Amino acid sequence: MSDPILRLEGVHTDIAQYHILHGVDLDVPRGAVTMLLGRNGVGKTTTLRTIIGHWTARAGRIAFDGADITAMRTSDRARAGIGYVPEDMGIFSDLTVEENMTLAAVSGPLDPVRRDRIFAAFPPLRTFWRSAAGTLSGGQKQMLSIARAMAEERRLYLIDEPTKGLAPAIVSTMAGALRDLKTEGASILLVEQNFAVAKALGDHAAVMDDGRIIWSGPMQTLATDAALLERLMGLSMEQA
Amino acid sequence: MTDAPDHRPTMADVPIADRIARAMPLLLVPILLVVGFVAIGNPSSWLTLTVSGLAMGMMIFIMASGLTLVFGLMDVISFGHGAFISVGAFVGISVVLGLAEWAQAPSLLLNLGVVLLAVLAAMAVTGLLGWAFERVIVKPVYGAHLKQILVTVGGLIVIEQLIHVIWGPDEIFFARPEMLKGAFTFWGAALEKFRLLAVVIGLVLFVAMRLVFRRTRIGLIVRAGVENGEMVEALGYRLRLVFVGVFIAGSALAGLGGVMWGLYQEVITAGMGEEMMILVFIVVIIGGLGSVEGAFIGALMVGLLQNYIAFLEPKLALISNIGLMTAILMWRPQGMMPVVKAK
Repeated sequence: MSDPILRLEGVHTDIAQYHILHGVDLDVPRGAVTMLLGRNGVGKTTTLRTIIGHWTARAGRIAFDGADITAMRTSDRARAGIGYVPEDMGIFSDLTVEENMTLAAVSGPLDPVRRDRIFAAFPPLRTFWRSAAGTLSGGQKQMLSIARAMAEERRLYLIDEPTKGLAPAIVSTMAGALRDLKTEGASILLVEQNFAVAKALGDHAAVMDDGRIIWSGPMQTLATDAALLERLMGLSMEQA
Repeated sequence: MTDAPDHRPTMADVPIADRIARAMPLLLVPILLVVGFVAIGNPSSWLTLTVSGLAMGMMIFIMASGLTLVFGLMDVISFGHGAFISVGAFVGISVVLGLAEWAQAPSLLLNLGVVLLAVLAAMAVTGLLGWAFERVIVKPVYGAHLKQILVTVGGLIVIEQLIHVIWGPDEIFFARPEMLKGAFTFWGAALEKFRLLAVVIGLVLFVAMRLVFRRTRIGLIVRAGVENGEMVEALGYRLRLVFVGVFIAGSALAGLGGVMWGLYQEVITAGMGEEMMILVFIVVIIGGLGSVEGAFIGALMVGLLQNYIAFLEPKLALISNIGLMTAILMWRPQGMMPVVKAK
């Protein structure tokens, strides 16, 4: 793969006394959606948290757009152009939707054009603009979480299970918004348990097991190879 | 573009009992005022006690507001806060004694000028001391509550001893600036001038803090940081710098509270901050960790209740605040308006 936007080389991460990532090697191509797949507890969320800097890599190297960010602060990684949507959404419940978005626009006031684009992607956010974010439904919170990452120009989005526990209609809204982001040229690294969504959105896939990447390649290859799917994901073609 | 489902918000029909329960923390002070009025029976005595209670509450709020933010934003239990109260009082009162001519002149302008200079000096010194305290004592123990308690109590003792070294071991008695002595008579009640000044300063500070928190980006960062600091960093803000800024501001507010409390008591001791910490902790806990509004309501309740009880049943005044804290925590174990959940 030539010139990926993000490259992880032999990344090891410990959480307290536990050794979670055992040398992750991963390339995330530009302008594409890369799905990070695998069973629960194999290190997908830890990989994303290590990339954004919430966990420190004990060994290995993380390069973003060619620059080594392994020792960089989380805030500097964000300002370098990495948007992060955590699994728990990280919504500030006590703040209004507007205040959440204002805070997310770190470089100044929220650009009205960008705000209108967000409203078009997620209409409920306009409706509940002045409501406390804590009063939103789960789906609306997830919309806000992704919208917040879109409040600034980002070159890479790290998104952790955006469709978890959501109704099918909301999942479809999320998928549409992520597709739009991709169309605009953003690169996305997405953790997703719903293989149907992963198959529909992903250009590339990387499968993790026991803190390592055990397979990576085009999503199409994974989705159409019954034996590979069964071996890596424990899924039959019918389930996928 | 995929259209999202249409969401039309409708307001829930919340029963009146639930609405009252939600608003109850805001109603507690008015309820206490009414109960106090009925129990005391004499309007002029009630007014005197109420102004006294509000003044005491405002001064406790000034001291507690910084601590609740340090608790909420930084998850730090700092007993060193008591030292900043004492240092603020000693620095401020030194200014008042140093400018004795202004303080004793029968001019309100000069007298208020002395108080302003005393407050500015106290806040500058305690802000600087807070910065050094955070760097040297608190920074190595972030995330370790037991160590925080031990090391900040140690810091408190060291600073108290330094006060003995610099200002001597004895308590210092002094007189308030001339025009702040005495009282007005209003509706048959004696209202002490300094208490009215304390109420005004407390109110101004509360409104200013509300404006900063609600209308400015730094206020948004602090409010968001209290709730989820990790996410604030992931958006691109260096929360460590905000931590330090809040610690400095909290220490400076403790210094301001120390000067006000010193002027109120007309005597200062190295241990005064440590003694005040009991009331300050009660206010922070019943208000809810991280909540400036909760600390404000809690402080007013503590001040009013202590004054009312001292008048009605003096022997019970000693336990009134602990009783209040027990009652509030049985009703709301996280405090009245918690921003962060107690761990």
